[in-house]
Formats: sequence, C-alpha cells, structure tokens
Amino acid sequence: MPLITYREALNQALAEELERDPAVFLLGEEVGQFQGAYKVTEGLLARFGPKRVVDTPISEAGFVGLGVGAAMFGLRPVVELMFWSFYSVAFDQILNNAANVRYMSGGLVNVPLVIRGPANGGTNVGATHSHTPENVLASHPGVKVVCPATAYDAKGLLKSAIRDNDPVMFLENTVLYNDRGEVPADDYTIPLGLAEVKRAGTDLTLVAHGRAVVNSLKAAQLLEAEHDLSVEVVDLRSIRPLDEQTVLASVRKTHRALLVEENKPFCGVGAQLAYLIQQQAFDDLDAPVQRVSALDAPAIYSPPLEKEQLPNPQRIMKAALAML
Amino acid sequence: MTKKTPAADPPSEPAPAVRASPAALAPVNARLTGEERIALYRTMVRIRRFEERCLRAYQQGRIGGFLHLYIGQEAVAVGCCSVLGPEDQVITAYRDHGHAIAVGMNVNELMAELYGRATGCSKGKGGSMHFFDPARRFWGGHGIVGGQVPLGAGIAFALKYRGVQGACLTFLGDGAVNQGAVHESYNLAALWELPVVFVIENNGYSMGTSQRRSSAGPGLARRAEGYGLAWDTGNGHDLYEVREKTDRLLRLAREEHRPSLLEITTYRYRGHSVADPDSTYRTKEEIENYRRTKDPLSLIHDTLAAEGVLTEELAKEIDAAARAETERAVRFAEESPYPAPADILKDIYWEEDNPAHKQSRGRISFE
Repeated sequence: MPLITYREALNQALAEELERDPAVFLLGEEVGQFQGAYKVTEGLLARFGPKRVVDTPISEAGFVGLGVGAAMFGLRPVVELMFWSFYSVAFDQILNNAANVRYMSGGLVNVPLVIRGPANGGTNVGATHSHTPENVLASHPGVKVVCPATAYDAKGLLKSAIRDNDPVMFLENTVLYNDRGEVPADDYTIPLGLAEVKRAGTDLTLVAHGRAVVNSLKAAQLLEAEHDLSVEVVDLRSIRPLDEQTVLASVRKTHRALLVEENKPFCGVGAQLAYLIQQQAFDDLDAPVQRVSALDAPAIYSPPLEKEQLPNPQRIMKAALAML
Repeated sequence: MTKKTPAADPPSEPAPAVRASPAALAPVNARLTGEERIALYRTMVRIRRFEERCLRAYQQGRIGGFLHLYIGQEAVAVGCCSVLGPEDQVITAYRDHGHAIAVGMNVNELMAELYGRATGCSKGKGGSMHFFDPARRFWGGHGIVGGQVPLGAGIAFALKYRGVQGACLTFLGDGAVNQGAVHESYNLAALWELPVVFVIENNGYSMGTSQRRSSAGPGLARRAEGYGLAWDTGNGHDLYEVREKTDRLLRLAREEHRPSLLEITTYRYRGHSVADPDSTYRTKEEIENYRRTKDPLSLIHDTLAAEGVLTEELAKEIDAAARAETERAVRFAEESPYPAPADILKDIYWEEDNPAHKQSRGRISFE
C-alpha cells in the first residue's frame, strides 16, 4: 500500500469525492489559487476548476452560512476553515442553522455539509488559533463530529463525511499533516461512529482522539518498554456518533480507563466518557477513571510551556503509572 | 435634546394612495386579470384574519412563545411572492406567517404549528418563527436576526451552480441590516454574481429602536452601492409597486445574475412581538395614522373597487371565507394531538430518520 501523508490522504479524499459527485464543491479561504493554507487542497483548482474549488474572502459567517444554504438546496459543500478556531465568528451559522434546520423544519430539510480544517494546539500560535472545539460542537444535537488521527482514517472518514446527509464537523490537526501512513489509492470509506483499537493491551485502556492518539501510542510503547505494562489504546475517531461499545469492551478487559484529549478538562469529551464508563462498567473498574487533558488555561504561546500544557507522552505515563 | 417623548419616528414619507399608483400600468400589473387581482386581495385578507386569530389565541394562552405579527405589512409578502418564477426560492426571518401564506402554505398546518401540535408544518418542533415548506420553495422561517441572509445567498449559489434559472428572494428586516452576516452576504452575492434579491422590509423599528437610532448613513438601500449591488426602494403600502419593483429585480437576478437590494417601506401595527409594549417608542397617534391612511388592505380594496373588479359583496364574501378558514384552522389545531414524547428525539439527523440508508455506527443521541 502507498505510504502517504495525512495531508495527501485528505487531498485524495477530496479529489475522489469531487470526481464522484458533481454536487460536491470546496469553499474556503485560500483553497484554490493559493493551493490551501496548509496545502490540503493543493492541485484541486487546476484539476476541477473554479466552479468546484471556490476561493472566499475572509468572511467565515458569510461563507459558512452560504454553505449551509447551498446544502439545504441539495449541494454537498465541503467548507474549509483555515483554522477551526475561526468557527467562533460563524457559530450562529453552524449551531443555529446547520444543526437546527432539520429539527425546526420537522425533518423537511437536511444539511449535507462538511466543515473541515485543523483544530489543535502545539504550534505556538497562542490562544486565538489553538481551539479544539470538538466537545463544544458535539454538545449540539444535529451535527456529527469526527477527529481522525491517522492518514488512513483521514481519507476514509472524510469520504464518509462528504457522503453523509447530515452536517459533519471534521477536525484535523496541523501537527499530523506530515505524518505518513499506508493508504489505499482506491476508494474506501470508514463509517462514522466506529472506534478502533489502535494497540491491544491488558493492563490499562487509554481512550483518545486526534493527536492524543499518537501521544497515547507513544506512551503505551514507553510503558511497555520501561515498565513492562500492556496498554490498550482506543481511538474514538468519531466523537458524535460515539462508539460506546468499543470503549466499554476495552475497559471491561483491562479494568482501568485513562482518558486522554487535547481539550480542556471542563466538560471535555472525557467527561462524557467518564460518565459512560461509571454507568455501564462500574463493577468492571479496578480504579477510578482518570484523565489527561490540556492544562486548564487558554493556550499558552511559550513553546516549551505549550508542550507541557498539552497531553504529552510523559504526562500520560505519569497518570497511567499512578493508576496501576 | 428635545423633551418630546416618546420619540415618534415615522419610517418614511407618507405613501401615495395606491389608487394613484403609476405601477398599476407596469406590464406586470397591467396584465393581471380581474380574478388574479382578487386572488392577491384574498391572500392579503387571509393573512390579516389569520394573524388576528393568532393574536386572540395567544392572548387566551393557547399558543406559547413569541408571536411576531405581520399585520400592516401584508402587501410586501403578497406582492413579492406573487411575481415569483417557477424556480424562484424564498427565505425570511422570524416574522414569517405572511410569507408562508403568500407562498401557499396550508393555514391548518400553520395554526397547528403555533399550537405546538404534531400536525403542524414543522410537527410542532419549530413554532411561529420557524415555518418551512421546501416543496413550495419556502426555506424558513429563521429566528436569529440576519442569520438567514447567508442561507439565502447559499440557495442562490446553488441555483447558479446547477444552472437553474431562478433567484432567491431573501427577506430581512430593517433591524437586521447592521448584522455582520448580512454585510458578508451582500459582499459574497456581489462578488460571485449570485441570483439573489435581498428585500429589506423596513417597518421603521428594529424591535423598539427606530431606524434613526440604529442605522447610520443616508439609507438602508443605498448601502448596496458599497458592494456594487443594484438597489431600489419601494412603497410597501402599494401592492402594485411592490410587484413591479420585485419583478424587475428578480428578472435581473434570474436572467443576468445581478444581485440586488430592495428596501420596501412598510409598517407594523403590533409590537415587535405581541407581548412587547408599544408605548415606549412610538405614539398611538402614529399607529392610528397608518391604519387610517396607509393600510395596505384598505388601499388595495379601494383600488380594486375603483377598477370595478371588487364589489362590496365580493369583499364581504372574501372576508367571511377568510374568517371561516381561520376558524377551521383553529379547530384543526385544537383537535390535533401534541407530538409524542418519543418524537422529541426524531428529525434531528437525516440518517436516523432513514435507517435503511444508515451508514454510521455508534450512539448519536445521549442520555
């Protein structure tokens, strides 16, 4: 299988879906002529033309709302946010319009829209550009939320998201864009709401999504090498829908759950998972559920300190060892 | 500062009587048959009677939430929607009853929606501000001021993308014109030559704040010039003028992909929502003056009578029929069931409502 980057995998998914369905089009800042602020859409303007790859002004409320309207009318817009952090200026369009229109119309209208872009810290760009809003988005019924951690998942999940008839919020990660993985050159999809055990183990379960999966896998390797521990890593891949069964099956096997995410702790994804685990697997637990989140402050600029603010393998290891 | 309170800000110069409307001779009006003229009048009467009945039901506590009545503005929705082409689309804000009736929605379903019943147009899930009927090309009914305007631009984008010769009539109020999303939509529409007509229904007050106290500059329509949009203003008490101006701009959008902004001056008789007080920002005399001299229903009634199209007998018949229709709608609503508790969790995701096509796994609704 070809070894390609997470970025190239996304690019392939976009190209294949543009090819497959004339209702699909891309919309966003610098997606065309500039080739994408992070080069995810590189080459697509030349291949598909300006009708299908549309450069927008810096006007998120306008073009996200335009995407929602076009989707209501049956097109399949894939709207790029240069950073997911900019969702705040389009919040009304995402959460009052995209999320609510189906409900408020009694099911008469649906919104087959994808909003995609990077949502992560770790790049020393300060608090305004480092938001990870998957928990905020997922707390609104009406939207689906996806956070791929690998190149293979990025392609398969993005293709599913574009084919989905509901609005899908697709959160990528700039730190992962250059990560390589084996990705089939042909068509495949991964269903939303299907987690994957990225590493099998018996002593402890780490549940993570997005880049926290990569750090969890590193921590798991170190825990095995240095402490002879067998650590399982569950990659949620999708936050809403949520694959509760894969999480519960793992916890029932290892009896310990450590929840890892780049979100802040208050009402993060881990809060939902902790509720789930205590409700469904209380008697299976040998230790309280613990979590490693971003330290509870706006994203700090200072590079060495931002590394410490985010979950890193050392923080994950420390929390894991305290549970065993 | 003057001591004059409350500040009365009539939204416009007094309108000329419809009887004298030069727009009556415009082809779009001149070609109307007597029957078609009566149909327009009938729709306006039906909106007026429907909303008066809504007000009673609201005062009786039968319907909840907000009730933003359109009474006084009927000529705008009816005039605009009467010149729609077969592929044209409509979207509006929360004062949406008039538009819903003007596009042909069933008043039983509208009343049932207000009553929160399962037979409502949105199954009792949307309420007064969120009427939808995509089959009649009516895309809502939107509650956040100005939030529907990018959607209208998006529908226009989709029409152009698909090569359909249609335009999206995107209504907003004078209270929406200072929202960022509205200006972003103006820009995108002009930049991409989208087939959209933005119709500002200027009733003079954004809730309780007059235009003078909320909007800077020489006029709401003139702001279009900053974006290179075509623009015009119209008298919303004059049905014929509304039709003429809307028709011209819709054709510009449809045939030449030239977006535009049309500011129509109108007036609402009731509060922003009926529970809101009127006396803090305008005088009783101002409202009375509009009722007496510029009521769109009376004006078109007199015009049609002068044209020899409408007899007093027919007018009474139309009125009685509208009242009867409204009473039937109330009975329909009152006899309809509320949604079942299980319905709360339906109509959220297309995929959940269409299980045969479901691709995703996992839990989508939480406890």
